[in-house]
Amino acid sequence: MDKFTKLDGLVAPLDRANVDTDAIIPKQFLKSIKRSGFGPNAFDEWRYLNHGEPGMDNSKRPVNPDFVLNQPRYHGASVLLTRENFGCGSSREHAPWALLDYGFRAIIAPSFADIFFNNCFKNGILPIKLDAAIVDQLFNEVAGQEGYKLTVDLENQVVVTPSGQRIAFEVDAHRKYCLLNGFDDIGLTLRHVDAIKAFEAKYKVAQPWLFN
Amino acid sequence: MAKTLYDKLWESHVVHQEADGTALIYIDRHLVHEVTSPQAFEGLKLAGRKPWRVGSILAVPDHNVPTTDRSSGVSGIADPISRLQVETLDQNCTDFGVTEFKMNDQRQGIVHVIGPEQGATLPGMTVVCGDSHTSTHGAFGALAHGIGTSEVEHVLATQCLVAKKSKAMQVKVEGQLQKGVTAKDIALAVIGKIGTAGGTGYAIEFAGSAIRGLSMEGRMTLCNMAIEAGARAGMVAVDDITIDYVKGRPFAPKAEQWDAAVAYWRMLHSDEGAKFDAVVELKAGDIQPQVTWGTSPEMVVEVSGRVPDLAQAKDDVQRGDWERAYAYMGLQANMRISEINIDKVFIGSCTNSRIEDLRAAATVAKGRKVAANVKLALVVPGSGLVKAQAEQEGLDKIFKEAGFEWREPGCSMCLAMNADRLEPGERCASTSNRNFEGRQGQGGRTHLVSPEMAAAAAIAGHFVDVRNF
Ligand code: SF4
Repeated sequence: MDKFTKLDGLVAPLDRANVDTDAIIPKQFLKSIKRSGFGPNAFDEWRYLNHGEPGMDNSKRPVNPDFVLNQPRYHGASVLLTRENFGCGSSREHAPWALLDYGFRAIIAPSFADIFFNNCFKNGILPIKLDAAIVDQLFNEVAGQEGYKLTVDLENQVVVTPSGQRIAFEVDAHRKYCLLNGFDDIGLTLRHVDAIKAFEAKYKVAQPWLFN
Repeated sequence: MAKTLYDKLWESHVVHQEADGTALIYIDRHLVHEVTSPQAFEGLKLAGRKPWRVGSILAVPDHNVPTTDRSSGVSGIADPISRLQVETLDQNCTDFGVTEFKMNDQRQGIVHVIGPEQGATLPGMTVVCGDSHTSTHGAFGALAHGIGTSEVEHVLATQCLVAKKSKAMQVKVEGQLQKGVTAKDIALAVIGKIGTAGGTGYAIEFAGSAIRGLSMEGRMTLCNMAIEAGARAGMVAVDDITIDYVKGRPFAPKAEQWDAAVAYWRMLHSDEGAKFDAVVELKAGDIQPQVTWGTSPEMVVEVSGRVPDLAQAKDDVQRGDWERAYAYMGLQANMRISEINIDKVFIGSCTNSRIEDLRAAATVAKGRKVAANVKLALVVPGSGLVKAQAEQEGLDKIFKEAGFEWREPGCSMCLAMNADRLEPGERCASTSNRNFEGRQGQGGRTHLVSPEMAAAAAIAGHFVDVRNF
């Protein structure tokens, strides 16, 4: 997993609540057995005018000019600004894979669905919860200024706007540590092998039926 | 101190805890399907690791399998990419020695149907699967939730999950359900009340006399949809109904182990006076049959109701969502639900494909005919064993005589990864759990309902109140 320390990124606004993971990456792309290559199909049904299937040459497909991410001013965005309950629905990790592959490293919303939120951290994406009023303000600022960028500083847990406003955010200590260092959980958990074995041994005596 | 069921399940599985509350939770049962596991097995292989406890894993292909003729086996799956995914699961299970019910095994079915059916889901367990509807298994007084693929690999490698304790919510439903009102209607009514994000950050315990009165099938339907209310986990306390259901199933404990297990399971309920972070109460008698009208499960009304008017929306964000939903669904504000005609019907999915669901739908369909405007009415049993049971009871004949198609088990048109899908603009009465844009096929329009309501809609050609049917 890539480290996440500080990001100075162009912001793209996706002004919808309850964006579900089916919308982020439709099911036909879940047939892949790989982790990469989902970016061109992120938001596929909103982004293109024809129906997408795996294996198509996406560069030849008609794009939907009305979809916000297709506007030239948002090309190259790495911060996604969106509304409440982002990432609801299916647990598919293909959703953060697709967003990452598209180029997003940080997502700002008033709230996220739990599984998606968790999946982001496993892939070096920082989901940031901010008050709905602040999110509103950011939507207005993005709309009003082409090339609007935000600085996301994980170490200091702040988002800095172009005018220098510093907006603090919360992040779990463990998740922050993993992101800053690019650690994945498996390596960290395996430091506790002895504790797991000891737990398992006791547990097996107490509930032997779980080990049949 | 009085504990909630969730406290008990959580505490009994903590292996290690950090100062910030991040814990390692021991996992008892790991269910695996073909869509969210290939990258996890690949990661395991690349790191030269093996599953920590292979006996905890049960695998099944369900999302990509055809529901039509399977006589030529996996090689007969028409879509080469779907086929590769099923083959990859088979190969990974062979390589690592994982128990798998392959496509043509009679025990094959939707992962959340077969776990309980086999007794592989037991009270007191932690159950995970790379699938959000793992919440289903909480019906057994288990702590069950969906995980992502990185976590699938993590559980394979370490038998643990890194997690933080959620808050606890109690959803209390007291009283008696009206005839024709089901667990599905309770689930949709709860989501209508608290919203699809209402349960975010919580584990929900469903309690109250109406819940205790539900069968295990009904409790599974309810817990299945906890995720649609935003909660990763839903659960119901253990009682005689739970224990009777588990008894004698292939993976369930036997002989003295059974008695010891039951003694332990009897403690799996919230203590008198246990504190919840939030409590939501519903009166069972007030719940009517529900129909979703929009593109999120919270966009739901009673069958006697109408598509809501923008004036009823709580804010601009919701107004925007509703406007988009009207357009996508091809509906207008204030339209009566009973005036919405349908093109297809889907009875199936991990929400409503168990024997009881099929019996309920068959009771409505019996001796009647699917309406002429309904192009396709599908019944897809949740597992090969459900299918066999239904056939033994003659349900397949009832459905076929009424004009329904009777299929092989799998996820099917719940998410349309196989050939079963809606075409653009087609409208479906579906017993599944998600009505998102494109969920059942690009441009498809989904209305979520109970099995009884779906069968009644199939016969009438539009939504009708099954209580007057
Ligand atoms: S039936 Fe539908 S919701 Fe259930 S596991 Fe299959 S695809 Fe997911």
